[in-house]
Formats: sequence, C-alpha cells, structure tokens
Amino acid sequence: MDPIIEARGLTKRYGDVAALDGLDLVAESGCLTALLGPNGAGKTTFVSAVATLLRPDEGDLRVAGIDAFSHPKEIRKVIGLAGQYASVEPAMTGTENLVLVARLFGADRREAEVAAASILDRLGLTDAGDRLVRTYSGGMRRRLDLGASLVGRPRLLLLDEPTTGLDPRSRSELWDAIRSLVADGTDVLMTTQYLEEADQLAKHVVIVDHGRVIASGTPESLKSQVGKDVVEVRPGDPSDISVVVEVLASVGVEEPRVDPDTHRVSVPVEVGAEELTRVVLELTRRQVHFDDIGLRRPTLDEVFLGLTGKPIDPDGTEA
Amino acid sequence: MSRSIDPVADADASATSGRPPIARGAGFSTTATCSARRTILQFFRTPQVLVMGTVQGAMFLVMFRYVFGGAIRTGGELSYVNFLVPGFLTTIVLWTGMSAASGVAEDAATGVHDRLRSLPIPRVAVVVGRALADTGLTTWGLFVTGILSFLIGFRPAGSVVHVAAGFVLIIVAGFAFSWVFILIGLVGGNAQAAQGLSMLVIPFSFISSANVPVQSMPGWLQPFAANQPVSVVINAVRSLMQGGPARVGIGHTTAYWVAAALIWCAVLVVVFAPLCARRFARTH
Ligand SMILES: Nc1ncnc2c1ncn2[C@@H]1O[C@H](COP(=O)(O)OP(=O)(O)OP(=O)(O)O)[C@@H](O)[C@H]1O
Ligand SMILES: [Mg+2]
Repeated sequence: MDPIIEARGLTKRYGDVAALDGLDLVAESGCLTALLGPNGAGKTTFVSAVATLLRPDEGDLRVAGIDAFSHPKEIRKVIGLAGQYASVEPAMTGTENLVLVARLFGADRREAEVAAASILDRLGLTDAGDRLVRTYSGGMRRRLDLGASLVGRPRLLLLDEPTTGLDPRSRSELWDAIRSLVADGTDVLMTTQYLEEADQLAKHVVIVDHGRVIASGTPESLKSQVGKDVVEVRPGDPSDISVVVEVLASVGVEEPRVDPDTHRVSVPVEVGAEELTRVVLELTRRQVHFDDIGLRRPTLDEVFLGLTGKPIDPDGTEA
Repeated sequence: MSRSIDPVADADASATSGRPPIARGAGFSTTATCSARRTILQFFRTPQVLVMGTVQGAMFLVMFRYVFGGAIRTGGELSYVNFLVPGFLTTIVLWTGMSAASGVAEDAATGVHDRLRSLPIPRVAVVVGRALADTGLTTWGLFVTGILSFLIGFRPAGSVVHVAAGFVLIIVAGFAFSWVFILIGLVGGNAQAAQGLSMLVIPFSFISSANVPVQSMPGWLQPFAANQPVSVVINAVRSLMQGGPARVGIGHTTAYWVAAALIWCAVLVVVFAPLCARRFARTH
C-alpha cells in the first residue's frame, strides 16, 4: 500500500526561524506514526502542512497519495484534525458539537445525529452527551475533540499533542481510544513530547528537532540505538550523593547525572535488571539509605542527549 | 466496541472497499448556517456575554437619557430622549461588532478556525455565517433596547412604516459593519488584541451625531463628526423615525440620508467582505 504521508524536503520559514528545515518523512499506512520532539521542534507546523492549513515554502508533500499543494480540497476529505488545543465549543453540548462537525463533513441531520451518538458511545461520553461542554473535565473535552475529528470517518487522523495537560488516568483512557482506532484501520499521525507515549502507541517514531528529522524507527530500535534503560537512585541523605555517583559510575555506560533539585542520580545501563541488583547490593554494603530506587525507561531528554550529545534546547533558539 | 465508527459511512452504501469516502463536504448554505448557529448559541448560552451584550446597552441608554438629558439642547425640535434614541440604537451596531471582533479572534487563537479550515467545506461560508449571526445579534440588541426606549419616553414622530424602515436600516448597517469587525478579529490574533483594536471604533461612536448634535462640537471636529459613516446612518435613521431632517436639525432630505447610508453600507461590504474571505481562506 502507498504510504499515507510522504514529505520530502519540507521547508517553512517564519522570518529567521525555519519551523521546518528540509523535513523528510514517510508514514506507512495501517499504523500510528509518532512525531516526537521538544517545544518548537516544528511538530505543529508539520501537522498544519499535512492538514492543508499552511503551505510550506519548499518541498513536496503527498497525503494519501494526493498532492497537498495542487489538491488540498481532496485531502480535507480524508483527514480529521484534532489540534493542539481542544477546539470544541464550550457553550454547546457534546452531541451538538459532534452533530455540527458531522454536518460540515456533509452528513444530513439524521445521519449526523446517528454518527454523533455512536462516537459518544465509542468514547465513553454517552452520559455527558447532553451536557454543555463547559461542564466537562479537561480529559472529557480532549476526548470529545478527538471525537470531532472522527465523525467524518477519516483515513488519516492528525493528533497534535493529544494528551498534554491530562492526568494519568485521562491519558490512558485517551490512549485506549487511539489504540482502538488504529486497530480499526485508521492511520494516525500523532505528535508528542513524551517518549513514553510514543513507545505506548506508535509503530513508527520520528524524532524531530529544529524542523529536521534526527532519528526514526520503531520504539525498540530507537531505544537500543540511543536510549538505554536508566537506573535512578534518590539517597535519603543528600550528603550521600557522591557515594551514589561513585556506585552508579561503576555500572553505567556514561557519567551519572545528578539532578540538584530532586537529588536524583541517574545513569544509563546496558542490562537493566542485572545492574539494578548490583546497585542495590553495593549501596546496602556501603550502608547508604535510599528513599527511592528504580529502573526506568529513558526520557525524551535522555534520548536527545544520546542522539545529539546535548540536552534539549528548551527555547529552540540554538541554530 | 467493535461497531463501525460512523454510520454515515454505512448509509453511503456505494462502498466498494472497506473505507467509503463519506466526507463529501457540506455546501455553502449548510456551512454558513452551522457557523451562524454556533455563534448565536455561544451568545445566548454564555451568561456573561448575554448580560454584557444586553444589559450594558440598556444601562448606558438610561444613563444618557437621565444624566445628559437635562443639559443637552438638540438643535432641532426634538426633546433629548427623542433625539438620543435613534442614535443610540444605531451605535448598537458598534457594540455588537466589538464583541464579534474578540469572538473571531478567540476562535482563531483556540484552534476553532484550524479545525474548520481542515474540513471539506467552502471556507468563505464560515465568515458569511459569522456576519449573518452578528447581524442577528444586532437585531436582538435592537429589540431589547428598542422596547426599553419606549419605556423611558421615546415617542417617534414618523409613521409606523418610517420607524420600521429605521429599524431595518440599522440591521442593514449591522451586516455591513460586521465585516469590519470580523476582519479586526482575524488580523488581531487574540481576543485582547482584537478588543484593543476595536476600541478604535469608540471615536466613531462618540464623535458622531449619536449622543449630541454635531453643531455643538468644536469647528475642527465637525467635518469628521458630520460625515463619518456612523453619523450618516444615524442621520438617516433619525430622519426616518422623527419625521424629516428639518425636525432633527440637519439639512437635506430623508431620501438623501437613506441613500447616503446605503451607499456607505455597500462600500463597507464591497471592501471588507472580500478581505475577510481572503484572510480566512488563505493557506499561509
Ligand atoms: N505563525 C508563526 N509565526 C512565527 N513563528 C512561528 C509561527 N509558527 C511557528 N513558528 C515558529 O516555528 C517553530 C516551530 O513551531 P511549532 O509550533 O511547529 O513547534 P512545535 O513542535 O509544535 O512546538 P510545541 O511543542 O511547543 O507545540 C517555533 O520556533 C515557532 O516559534
Ligand atoms: Mg505544537
């Protein structure tokens, strides 16, 4: 099958800033592709280009095999967009919001009502369907917004940071909803700042920074390529930090990092469980008390460190 | 949870493959209606907006009538309340417009426009719907404030037909001016900026024939005050409602003022509607 998205050399400049700087990306059909990157990486800009909201300065873009620059209207028939901020109308009910979007997709009144009811059901919002969205929690709003992007039964769903700002429970509910969509055959392009989210949902992860792809592959391949498991220790007494650093240095593949605020010391390791056991034994032998110890997946920050040799540039200012 | 997401698709039974193209896209009138309906619901279901938009105007009318009423001589044969009301009713157009500008800017900033622009619809219809809704909201304000006007002593001298024509002219002006405010909302970027920009209309409201006769202003201000579009519409409405220009203290005929007002309205639509449409529909 053709790829659902094919971007070649996409460039979009705003003054001196290149929001997209020759971005190449191919998203296969039949799965979820995650676009992972820090603030200002160009994620929203790319999603907007795919959604035909903006026109890149250079490059080629095909969505579902359709050329985005010559036939944007055709693309709008096969996509559904849930932007970075939930854009449902607070002064309308859940049902009214979905009916409105269904009508805009071309459904007649009755079809739109049936479609809205089935989407509410699917997203577990049936009981709230007749309530004004104003009274919804943030998580419910997000789910309704996802629903609004689904009523046209898109081939390609575009989700821009769908879970930002949600509590863990709402996040996992949204993840379940997204998983079931992918299982039903909807292609999804999702942006996220969380490695864990990409890991949970995506078959294909593309890491972007400064408008360019810096790595891509399956979550597993990326992690083995760059992000090793991390052993993290928080000593009970901050004065033990230097001992902890010493112990972690003996098992890690890099220099341990110390977070001065939380007093957490962490280090990437080769074989997680084994090294963790060694650390516990060694700390116990040296009689160091710890409040917390564990093995965790690398954060986006650490993946970046591994890929670029420098931490995420929070302002996106560096060239 | 294995049912199909969208029965709309099943209704479209022409399906050959697994995924029929259900998104035909709405036409112009459906899109405009949906867009207008959303704006109207937003107004009537948001208590702060409803109260601001309705009570505020009423409050100002009562204050002007009783606070300034004693001090202001109208220049014509009219009592102050009979002078004030036609002008005040016309400025409702501006107050509605100011909240329209911030509403449009809010929709742009919160991603509502992005969602709409990603749909297979004629984008222009979205702004047309907005303009129609704002015209509806002007009509609502006119209805409430109109009733109040009669309660505080407004007694038009014109015939019923002329008074009705005055109301219709305000509604027409509401449609024409709404395009100016939609453009302000679209370029403003966020609600605060749009609100700030639309403050620029306050001079059009106060340096006009709305609340005081233009002859009472300093000479250098009079040419602007007498000829700017808001004053022209007010003069037309006042002449219609109060039985002719002479009685309201201005020259020319009622027909002259009505024609001039309609020309201004046409100019605003012809200039600003395409600007709004281009701005909203552009793929930047
Ligand atoms: N309309 C615009 N005008 C000027 N600069 C812009 C505009 N849109 C985006 N940019 C710039 O382009 C870069 C990429 O922005 P973009 O919104 O695509 O990032 P993002 O990856 O979505 O970030 P975030 O995670 O914060 O949403 C940023 O440096 C941003 O400041
Ligand atoms: Mg973004």
